Amino acid sequence: MTVTNQSKVEVVDYLLRAESDVKEVVKITDQYPDLSIEEAYDLQKQLIERRMEKTNTKRLGIKLGLTSKAKQEMMGVHEAIYGYLLSDMLALEWEPLQQHRLIHPKAEPEIAFIMGEDLSGEHVKASDVMRAAKFVAAAIEVIDSRYKDFRFTLPDVVADNCSSAKLILGSKMVKPDDLDLASIGMVMSKNGEMATTGAGSAVLGHPAEAVAWAVQKLAQRGEGLKKGDIVLSGALSEAVAFDMDDTIVAQFEGLGSVTLSSRYVK
Amino acid sequence: MQKQVISKLTEELLVAEEKLTPVEPLSTRYPELSVRDSYEIQLEWVERKLDEGRVVIGKKVGLTSKAMQNMLGVDEPDYGHLLDHMKVDSGSVLSKKDFIKPKAEAEIGFILKEDLRGPNVTYVDVLMATEAIVPALEIIDSRIVDWKIQLVDTVADNGSSARAVVGKPFFEMDQIDLRTLSMTLLKNGEVTATGAGAAALGHPAHAVAWLANKLADYNISLKAGELILPGALSAAIDVDSGDEVTASFGKLGSVTISFRD
Repeated sequence: MTVTNQSKVEVVDYLLRAESDVKEVVKITDQYPDLSIEEAYDLQKQLIERRMEKTNTKRLGIKLGLTSKAKQEMMGVHEAIYGYLLSDMLALEWEPLQQHRLIHPKAEPEIAFIMGEDLSGEHVKASDVMRAAKFVAAAIEVIDSRYKDFRFTLPDVVADNCSSAKLILGSKMVKPDDLDLASIGMVMSKNGEMATTGAGSAVLGHPAEAVAWAVQKLAQRGEGLKKGDIVLSGALSEAVAFDMDDTIVAQFEGLGSVTLSSRYVK
Repeated sequence: MQKQVISKLTEELLVAEEKLTPVEPLSTRYPELSVRDSYEIQLEWVERKLDEGRVVIGKKVGLTSKAMQNMLGVDEPDYGHLLDHMKVDSGSVLSKKDFIKPKAEAEIGFILKEDLRGPNVTYVDVLMATEAIVPALEIIDSRIVDWKIQLVDTVADNGSSARAVVGKPFFEMDQIDLRTLSMTLLKNGEVTATGAGAAALGHPAHAVAWLANKLADYNISLKAGELILPGALSAAIDVDSGDEVTASFGKLGSVTISFRD
């Protein structure tokens, strides 16, 4: 054990304060260089419990990160990561984001799954995910690492709940089987100019594969997906930074579009 | 506000509805009347109706458009109760004589299959708890003279509810984008107003979520089987005897009501 229980509480406090004070902080592995991934997930769990208590929110779902080969290579890892989504992270297409509540946010285009039933187990496959999901929808995830300059190691980002900040869903809800999710094309624009493009296959070959991976990974900790969970399956392209007065639109073949606008709201 | 004043105003509104004799605005006669007080009047009104054997079948959300909120100088919606006698099937004929100054509003109704209890209910929770959506026309009719209403007046008057006209339920929630679902309101065959789902607080399911969270303050939940009207998709239109009003919602279908003398 590299981190004592006492220092775990301090680390969680440190990250929660960074979020509530909207202030970037030095990454925790500077102080705890031997922090393991498993310990980082322990920290994440504590952080989520404290965060729900502190802000009186409930679980909204799960998000995946590092679902593209490029990102995994960049981080020198061979698997994805997951974090939790909470109800106050659900932003609305029809209400601008409050930019001053975010540190250095970036937008990622994703395909969201909305679960129609519970799903758990170490042997869950993509086909099980497709069966258990009630809807898929276009989504923009707003990531906002609490670490200075978005620089971190794998344990850092896991402990920081995988940089989760906000998510916005498009209003078109589609039955998963009605689309070939791997071949959905996506174009994301910022202020009317094309910023990135991608396809569903960017997410571990197929977004449902990524969700299946998450279910297997959650099973190792005795957890799973719950009915009603929103699952963000991973980015279809690299993230795009935005600032106040920016508008980002992600258009998905067959899923319509989702729009994020950011304002400075006093 | 004293309990006996609450009861007196409840009685006034009950008589006004029954005899079709509107009353002067409560807001001008009782300037100290708070929104909380007016919800107490509404709840007492509902209790009185339940004593008469009526049954609550759902709720309605009102003041969901910026235009209406600005008109009444408020920044949030209000709600009222739907009772069994208010529900009318599409295609029915109503008598104008049963109303004071009726208006019609087009809405996307929600029929719930699961209870929704706030706080922290999201619009996605609402979508997941929805059995079907239904084309609806709400007939509103103020028991306040000439619709001279402030927020407290309409809240006390059960959100000015009179009837809920409902069409055929639609179960394929994955076939409808509720923000962009169209609404065309026709009076006697002429297009009178148009709108889309987003007119109700950005997303009609968001208006239902607002209601579930608001009712949590009173320890009330939305119940499986209830009909929820989440707010008008355009301004209300006046209706008179001889009028036929239809609201058409694209794939969702349409709903019609007629008025005779």
